Amino acid sequence: MTELQADRPTGTLSAPRFQAEAKRSRYLDLSVALATFAVLAILPFVSGSKALLDFVIRCSAYGLFTTSLNLLIGYTGMISFGHGMFFGIGAYSFGLIMQRVGVPIPVAFVATLAITAVIAAVIGAICVRLKEIYFAFVTLAFQMLIHSTILSWASFTGGDQGLRGGLPRPPFLGIDLSNQLHLYLASCALLVVGLLAMRQIAQSPFGYTLRMIRDNPARASFIGVEVWRAKLTIFVLAALFASMGGMVMALFVSGAYPEFAYWTISGEAIFINMLGGVTTFLGPMVGTVLLLILNDTVTRLTEYYGIVLGIVILFFAIGLRKGLMDFVVERIAARNDRAGKRGRT
Amino acid sequence: MDLYALAGCLGSPACLVTQTTSGLIIGMLLFLVAAGLTLIFGVLKVVNFSHGALYMFGAYFAMTTYQLTGNFALATLCGAAGTAIIGLIFERVFMSRVYGANVLMQLLVCYAFVLIFDDVVRLIWGPEFKSMGMPATFQVAPFFIAGGAVPPYYLLLIGVALAAAVVLGFGLARTRIGKVIRAAAHNPAMVSALGINTALINGAVFALGGLLAGLAGALAAPVRSLTPGMGFSVLIESFIVTVIGGMGSILGALIGALLLGLIRSFGSLGFPLFTEGLMYLFMVIMLASRPTGLFGKEVA
Repeated sequence: MTELQADRPTGTLSAPRFQAEAKRSRYLDLSVALATFAVLAILPFVSGSKALLDFVIRCSAYGLFTTSLNLLIGYTGMISFGHGMFFGIGAYSFGLIMQRVGVPIPVAFVATLAITAVIAAVIGAICVRLKEIYFAFVTLAFQMLIHSTILSWASFTGGDQGLRGGLPRPPFLGIDLSNQLHLYLASCALLVVGLLAMRQIAQSPFGYTLRMIRDNPARASFIGVEVWRAKLTIFVLAALFASMGGMVMALFVSGAYPEFAYWTISGEAIFINMLGGVTTFLGPMVGTVLLLILNDTVTRLTEYYGIVLGIVILFFAIGLRKGLMDFVVERIAARNDRAGKRGRT
Repeated sequence: MDLYALAGCLGSPACLVTQTTSGLIIGMLLFLVAAGLTLIFGVLKVVNFSHGALYMFGAYFAMTTYQLTGNFALATLCGAAGTAIIGLIFERVFMSRVYGANVLMQLLVCYAFVLIFDDVVRLIWGPEFKSMGMPATFQVAPFFIAGGAVPPYYLLLIGVALAAAVVLGFGLARTRIGKVIRAAAHNPAMVSALGINTALINGAVFALGGLLAGLAGALAAPVRSLTPGMGFSVLIESFIVTVIGGMGSILGALIGALLLGLIRSFGSLGFPLFTEGLMYLFMVIMLASRPTGLFGKEVA
């Protein structure tokens, strides 16, 4: 995967310097996260547009989902074609718990994460042994298996109609998620916390182990890394964040639909990753915002959405041959390189 | 679940014949699509995600030709040939640019064309369901085998697909072109070094894959309804077939397709709502236990 490598190292660092560097970058991440949340929190008081808030909520749901996929694709080199199943599982299990059990939202949230973790561990244990295209196929098969289960188990999941009738959203701790502003703030908080957590995973020693597995699994296992265990761990972790995205989506549409678990949602996530770029942490987030904007504008202008989207994909796949953020980062690196050379001479 | 219906059918010869023939026609159509898919993967190492769209084109071409001329043989020919040309253009103009690139880039180019082709069909033929209707020649009373009705068209379909399987198997095993294709699958650099034009082979393999998918679409047109996006379920099923049979193996594709066809036709009796799920379950079990499939040689 020479073309697609997240955070190519620029040089080797000694252990103490690595730790100092890691600490500094952790503070930087934290301040960026806080600043982002502050800006997002002020937004509704500045603009007052309800459509804008809805847009940001959708971005949060998809952003959590696509960034978690990048932990697999960009960092570990595992091309999952079925990551959307965890988006669907998150939406459905959260929706079912809220509709049938009637517990407070935070309890349902934690319970859904637990359910997702168990399912992901079982599915992952079977999948991560397979490599490359076979891994892609087996994850796709599981995705479709879950989709068929949702469709055929109509008495429990509502079948092809989905979970209808709205989700009860009882207020908790003074937060009322049936209020759009509260839902908006909660989604933004989840997005920022989720991204920060994923960033920590990516920058931790474990994250660097994943990069090594991507680049040279034989060598990783030779120096004592249990490749299978590391892959399973990241598979489950990524599933948890995808499930969080699914829960935000379920809260937003106040229900869950079989399309949330259909293979196209995985295909779309892969496309978003490629659009934004898989070599940077924020690439998928950029891709999410781009695709949602594109989606909203094109569907308003023409009913032949597929042709337009297809041409855009072709432009990225054949024209740029990389995602937008990859392209930008490379251009900046090239410019710095040139400036550095000029400075020295 | 309706296991009584399944058991009842297995005990009655008439039902057994009906279900087996319907399983065979599903299987034979799947084989034609999957054979192209597996051939393209074997030689070019590309998973052609847009193969279902080629099947769709075959069906629409055949329908239009049949409506214009009323000749079903000509319609089948046009469906197959037209799709082969589309496959060739698709390979030469677009796919050949991403051979060296990442697998994801190849999938993306195919994904783009799935979207574009579906919309092109919607643009030309409209979004609604279309039906070609059974050609007049085949509107005759069905045969009865052991009390089970078998429409004559089903026999034609099975016969044509079997003939295609034999020609394909024989061509790959015995002819010079077949040997060159197999050599290119094994070691393209060496084949190229021996003075054989590999770009030509790549194009030819894609055209052949398109031809088979178009033939399947044309043969399916009288018995299935036509709609943009009709290729997708066929594509997923042929993926399952190639995975079961082993990527790159024609014999594997034939056996995998027949297995899947029978699972579908008998599964729809026993598990009417979970027929699709049954296929995916089968795929998961196959991948988990033997990732290279029944006849795959490559080590995963």
